[in-house]
Amino acid sequence: MLERRILAPIEALGQYVLLLTKAFQSLSEVRVYRKNLFKQMVAIGIESIPIVALAGLFSGAVLTVQTAYQLESPFIPQSIIGSIVVPSMVLELGAVVTGFILAGRVGARIAAELGTMRVTEQIDALEAMGLNSIGYLIVPRVLAGVFMFPVLYITATGVGIGGGLGVAHYGDFLSAGEFVAGARQFFSPFDPIFGLLKAFVFGFIITSVACYKGYYTGGGAEGVGRSTTEAAVLSCVYILFANLALAVLIL
Amino acid sequence: MIEVRNIDKSFGSLEVLKQVSLTIRDEETLAIIGRSGSGKSVLMKHLMGLITPDRGEVIVDGVDINAVSYGELRQLRRKFGMLFQGGALFDSMSVFDNLAFPLRTFSDLAEEEIRARVEENLKEVQLEGVEDKNPAELSGGMKKRVALARAIALTPQYIIYDEPTSGLDPETSNTINDLISSLSTRSNVTSIVVTHDMHSVLAIADRAAFIHDCDIHWVGTIEEMHAADDPTLNAFVRASEYQIGAPGRTASPYDAN
Repeated sequence: MLERRILAPIEALGQYVLLLTKAFQSLSEVRVYRKNLFKQMVAIGIESIPIVALAGLFSGAVLTVQTAYQLESPFIPQSIIGSIVVPSMVLELGAVVTGFILAGRVGARIAAELGTMRVTEQIDALEAMGLNSIGYLIVPRVLAGVFMFPVLYITATGVGIGGGLGVAHYGDFLSAGEFVAGARQFFSPFDPIFGLLKAFVFGFIITSVACYKGYYTGGGAEGVGRSTTEAAVLSCVYILFANLALAVLIL
Repeated sequence: MIEVRNIDKSFGSLEVLKQVSLTIRDEETLAIIGRSGSGKSVLMKHLMGLITPDRGEVIVDGVDINAVSYGELRQLRRKFGMLFQGGALFDSMSVFDNLAFPLRTFSDLAEEEIRARVEENLKEVQLEGVEDKNPAELSGGMKKRVALARAIALTPQYIIYDEPTSGLDPETSNTINDLISSLSTRSNVTSIVVTHDMHSVLAIADRAAFIHDCDIHWVGTIEEMHAADDPTLNAFVRASEYQIGAPGRTASPYDAN
């Protein structure tokens, strides 16, 4: 029993790495996944824009109000609010909020879709026809995640900064000019690059974990439910770890 | 010709196949029969490399399918058409797209030719006017027929049927059996039917292989099956006979026993 407990996660990791290796080997078969790639970029990327923008907007707005509340002092220039809100969005919130929302929205969707295909033998049917099911199903989803997450990150961050600026200006905390001046004062061009890198990594984690969970689903409807939950929960956990690891290693 | 040589397969601690050997001859219709959970489907999935055996070989037309590369295996699989138990239609696509899928993927046919081929295939399974429906809108029997039309889209040399009549009413079952019979008379078509429906076996098969206790317990022609004095085989066959022994049915060869 104990032996199983220790070996199971190692086996799972091995299976995950093998699946990704096969997916990577299928990268050259562009013809197999080209059409699906576009479809997945729309489903994963474009259709996620509204929810990601909404989350970004509110994060930026709340961050501004709370920063203003914490820094209420005659000795601190109000423009510092902009210096805090903008880098926070760019470095952390834009990517993490996007990641968490998409772990649910995209991760669960992929796992449920592939899991259902597995238990209804649709994946076997693809293989039986002589098609590379990993190339056909997994490669376009992971690629779409890796391509589209940076786009969604930019959306969330941009709208979030806009939300912060709007609240600052219309909520009479500080003028839009002061906000922008504060943001520019401490701006580092590396910050958005780091944010994009995070989005790229999170996009890979969410889609690859969801594909792995979905592709190896077993046990009917209950199995699909389990895979879906695990895909969403595990993606969130791995995002937390990856977030810390990237910050420690790169910043 | 497909040769299965001394296959072992276990899932965890569960032994499913033990030293199984079987030869499937060209152009015959072979029924693989046995109780639910006896390993019929597992054996069937070995035939096209959907499952890899723990030991033993599967030779298709002289090629050991587990010794070749994945690319070659996929090439080999195009000799096969497979009807899955639940149909396994792609539910994200319409019936038309399901049938066009193998043609679009593996042939260079123009879209109009594909349309013509799809209609022809649908006619072959006696369905018309369902092209624009989604698989979810079809009845069980219609799903099976659409799936069958998809399986034969690329005129395969081997057609594998996994429980083709399970879950269908007797009349629809007969339709499916007739379709299988008519497809198996095409030249150069070998059919493998995995089933526990003896009615189906009697209607379509030339030979039967009976799986019992992780092994092929008995193989022979249908005539030999009628005459066999193997108690395990007879128990299985007769149990099925009672289920379908409705009044008015012509006397079964087992009634004399």
